[in-house]
Amino acid sequence: MTRDVLLVDAVRTPFGKAGSLYSQTRADDLIVRAIRGLVERSPSLDLARIDDVAIAAATQTGDQGMTIGRTAALLAGLPRSVPGYAIDRMCAGAMTAVTTTASGIGFGAYEAVIAGGVEHMGRHPMGEGIDPNPRFLAEKIVDTDALIMGATAENLHDRFPHLTRERCDAYAVNSQAKTAAAYKNGVIQRNLIPVAVRDSELGWSIATADEPPRPGTTIEALAALRAPFRANGRVTAGNAAGLNDGATAALLTSSDFAAENGLTAKARLVSFAFAGVDPEIMGYGPIPSTIKALAKAGLSFDDIGLIEINEAFAVQVLAFLDHFGLDDDSAKVNPYGGAIAVGHPLASTGVRLMLNLAEGFAERPEVRYGLTTMCIGLGMGGTVVWENPNWKETAAAR
Amino acid sequence: MSTTKVSEASEPKPIAEVVTKCLRRDIDLSLFGYEGKLALLTLDNGLDYNRPNTFGEEGLKLLSAMLDEVSSDSTIDVVAITGKPYILAAGADLSKISQVHKREQAVETGRFGHQVFHKLAQLGKPSFAFINGLALGGGLEIALHCQYRTVATNATLALPEVFLGLVPGWGGAYLLPRLIGPEAAVQVIVGNPLNNNRMLSGTQSLELGIVDAVFSPPDFLEHSVGFVADILSGKKSIIRTDHTGDAKSWQRAIATGNAAAAKKYGGADVDAPTRALELIAAARTSTAEQGFEAENQALADLIMTDELRASLYAFNLIQKKSKKVEGAPKPSLAKKVTRVGIVGAGLMASQLALLFIRRLKLPVVITDLDQERVDKGIAYIHAEIAKLVDKGRISRDAGNRLTGLISGSVDQQVYASCDFVLEAVFEDMAVKQKLLTALEAIVSPDCVLATNTSSLRVEEMSKHLSHPERVVGFHFFNPVALMPLLEVARTQFTDDESVATAIWIGKELKKTMVIVKDAPGFVVNRLLSIFWGEVTDAFDEGTPLDTADNALMSLGLPMTPFTLFGLVGPAVALHVSEILNQTLGERFGVSANMKTIVEGGIKTFYIKDDSGKLVANPAVSAVVKQGNQVSTSEQVRQRALIALAKEARLMLDESVVSTPDEINLCMMLGAGWPLRLGGILPYLDNTGISESATGQRFHSKGIASLPA
Repeated sequence: MTRDVLLVDAVRTPFGKAGSLYSQTRADDLIVRAIRGLVERSPSLDLARIDDVAIAAATQTGDQGMTIGRTAALLAGLPRSVPGYAIDRMCAGAMTAVTTTASGIGFGAYEAVIAGGVEHMGRHPMGEGIDPNPRFLAEKIVDTDALIMGATAENLHDRFPHLTRERCDAYAVNSQAKTAAAYKNGVIQRNLIPVAVRDSELGWSIATADEPPRPGTTIEALAALRAPFRANGRVTAGNAAGLNDGATAALLTSSDFAAENGLTAKARLVSFAFAGVDPEIMGYGPIPSTIKALAKAGLSFDDIGLIEINEAFAVQVLAFLDHFGLDDDSAKVNPYGGAIAVGHPLASTGVRLMLNLAEGFAERPEVRYGLTTMCIGLGMGGTVVWENPNWKETAAAR
Repeated sequence: MSTTKVSEASEPKPIAEVVTKCLRRDIDLSLFGYEGKLALLTLDNGLDYNRPNTFGEEGLKLLSAMLDEVSSDSTIDVVAITGKPYILAAGADLSKISQVHKREQAVETGRFGHQVFHKLAQLGKPSFAFINGLALGGGLEIALHCQYRTVATNATLALPEVFLGLVPGWGGAYLLPRLIGPEAAVQVIVGNPLNNNRMLSGTQSLELGIVDAVFSPPDFLEHSVGFVADILSGKKSIIRTDHTGDAKSWQRAIATGNAAAAKKYGGADVDAPTRALELIAAARTSTAEQGFEAENQALADLIMTDELRASLYAFNLIQKKSKKVEGAPKPSLAKKVTRVGIVGAGLMASQLALLFIRRLKLPVVITDLDQERVDKGIAYIHAEIAKLVDKGRISRDAGNRLTGLISGSVDQQVYASCDFVLEAVFEDMAVKQKLLTALEAIVSPDCVLATNTSSLRVEEMSKHLSHPERVVGFHFFNPVALMPLLEVARTQFTDDESVATAIWIGKELKKTMVIVKDAPGFVVNRLLSIFWGEVTDAFDEGTPLDTADNALMSLGLPMTPFTLFGLVGPAVALHVSEILNQTLGERFGVSANMKTIVEGGIKTFYIKDDSGKLVANPAVSAVVKQGNQVSTSEQVRQRALIALAKEARLMLDESVVSTPDEINLCMMLGAGWPLRLGGILPYLDNTGISESATGQRFHSKGIASLPA
């Protein structure tokens, strides 16, 4: 990489349960709020200097269509000279928005960009309007399970029988508990942009907190849930992320631009990689993508002190931890909980992982490197390796 | 025996209230940096923005109960009120006023509104209004009772009561001057309503001090809640000025207001501005209780006048008819218009061509007898477009587009490709007949031919044509870009397709249209002429110019007859009176003195003297011959009003229009006659002139007057 790329800031809307908090709020209004909230936090940034706005959505139709990056920029009141475009890599949309625009900064095409994602799964249920090519099945290119994410998670259980439902439920309980603690300590609130929501029957309100978390969730309660994807299944609503609405946005700049414009870094990009796996075991994706990204960075897994991994399914997280030899409750992993608690509005999640990682970096100056990783539909994984700008060798020695 | 024609409803039926509900949701303020809870109230009548929130009795009761609830709820630290999307509220439900029979009811309406709204100032906790959009009248007053106000940049604020003949009666007249000072309050409460009912943007209302903060629409509510937290936490504070000390500034403000009202109404005795200014003046020293009670009394006095009822009738009529054209054929019958021809390149034709290209954005071609006239017309249009660009009213690109749409020729063959050709040539039957014959030979079989005649019969103009069914009257009022009325006249031959096409064009031109029977002078010029005739007759008989001309100024008409003659040119006025005299009869007099004046080449009846004051033109008094029968102002007024009543009745009997509503609409939108006359017929009813002159009223009692 020719030039340093910095994560200057990242924010998100509170996440909602599909059909609830944001049921009468448009997807484009969510991303507009995230963008406006983001730029408001960097008052020294001249908005006309933003070189591009890359916004991801998995279902790019209606209020998530029309080149959402450009429409969001116009609706957010950014100068008309600021262009925008749309990105799609299903769940890793926002992550891809970040890596793609970061590449542009590294190459020298951009100085400052906004990258983010939005998914309103209430208005756009997963798989809306899809038209898979019949060859997929006729030629057995993928299994029928490949398009049903819950089924791919069950397949992962089949591959790793020792990753039991009990371990998954325990992981999920811990995720809820960590999220509740992070809320109690005010960590999550720091990066939430309040969103006005209207219900024609109830009137106006303001979304100020995530709707999905269930603090106080117990092993017993999770054990009682049925597994919807197959008989005797192990994947339940309790040990997986739900169907959610939300938006995220990040500000990335070159290090020179940040210095000139009085902006400080929350993380420095080190490397990234995407990798493909069998679509039937989609959740395995983060393992090869992490190996690839670390290799590009010239780092070993032991160099990584903090991991933000998306919790689409507990089993997929456990597969990752198992592979790299981390405990199920490793303190390095998702210290503020994850998607099982706060939710996973598909294309927006990538940036949520980054803003959580940035909080972790600020809290742990002894950590030098961290990564954000996630599994992606149709059998992919993505990993971004970051360096902590707060890192101090002395802190590490303690 | 004449048939009785009155407005549609003979008795005002009770109208069900569209209830504005008050919804509540509680918001934790900790994310905004304050440990506390906000009760956010939303006013919402359950309908979209086309039907703004209004306050009726039921809605006020709900609001009252909600305010009691949040006041006593110990979990709530602060209360804010906002509205459904784009609307806070548009004020009191005015439809209810027609049902107020007794003064005491009117007083109670005022008292109840005050009592409920003022709870916002007495919650025992801070109150905020988030003005998210339209806030008119009571919609702004509810915000004034709150301790703090935020506004969206795209909001619209006004206290338009005086425009309608009322006063801000739910706290506005007392609270606003104390909040923003007397000068600004007089501007908002009196000046703006009298100035075409001007309204304020969010930013302007911040400059005047009506609101404490302005935020842009995408996150108006979020920032407003943030403002609440900042005020409560002490991060922000608002310093209010006490304006009550400086008595002189109040006197100055009231004097300014009185002067504005006098200028607007030209001496007519109009109550609303006076009463509003009295309330403002008293606000300096009154307690809130006294101020509110004074508002109740003023409101009740005004509500119990025929004038206010006429005004509300007129206001509703204009609202209703601007959307729907009475008796219009189905819009789907309209022919497609892609190119318009306008015959003539004089001032009127050029103004029409400019209006057409601006609104229709279609190619328009004008013609005239010689190249010089055509060039002059085109040059005028180009210059007007350039002015619009220079003033920033349209972009340079839009200006270029408009310039590209206008073309001119001396060859009428250019109309061959037009779908709609409007003639605006000299008002002469033979000239127009000849022109239409010539046009018929050029235009396509589907082309609609329209005439902007003001006094000639369209049928007479077109009956000799092979296709008289495609000819419509299309009568504009000067200045054509500003006056909202368009009289659309159909003859016995005119077909629905041609009328529908004309109405499509009128809608695109943003005109309010009235379909009239093809009768000389249609509505506006016929009524203006009959009334002018009485004034010129009185003058000819020996009444001094000043007395005759100002006899009707107490009605609040936009200008005197002789001033208007000067404006349109005495020759034009004379010409119209001659045509109507020939076609409608002797009651349309032709003034001998007008003839003399026109022959003498005198252009105006008033000139400015050395001090700039308008005085009678000595050239007029030098040539006119007056009789020795001198009428008083009151006598001139009576005979003019009687003539108006008789003529209006005749027009209804002849079915020139279908209802008295159309006559009123025409006089308001075509002649600029005031709302408080209800157009004209409610005034004639309410002064007893209708009955004494024609034996009956035009409107049943209660329609545009106090109920029986």
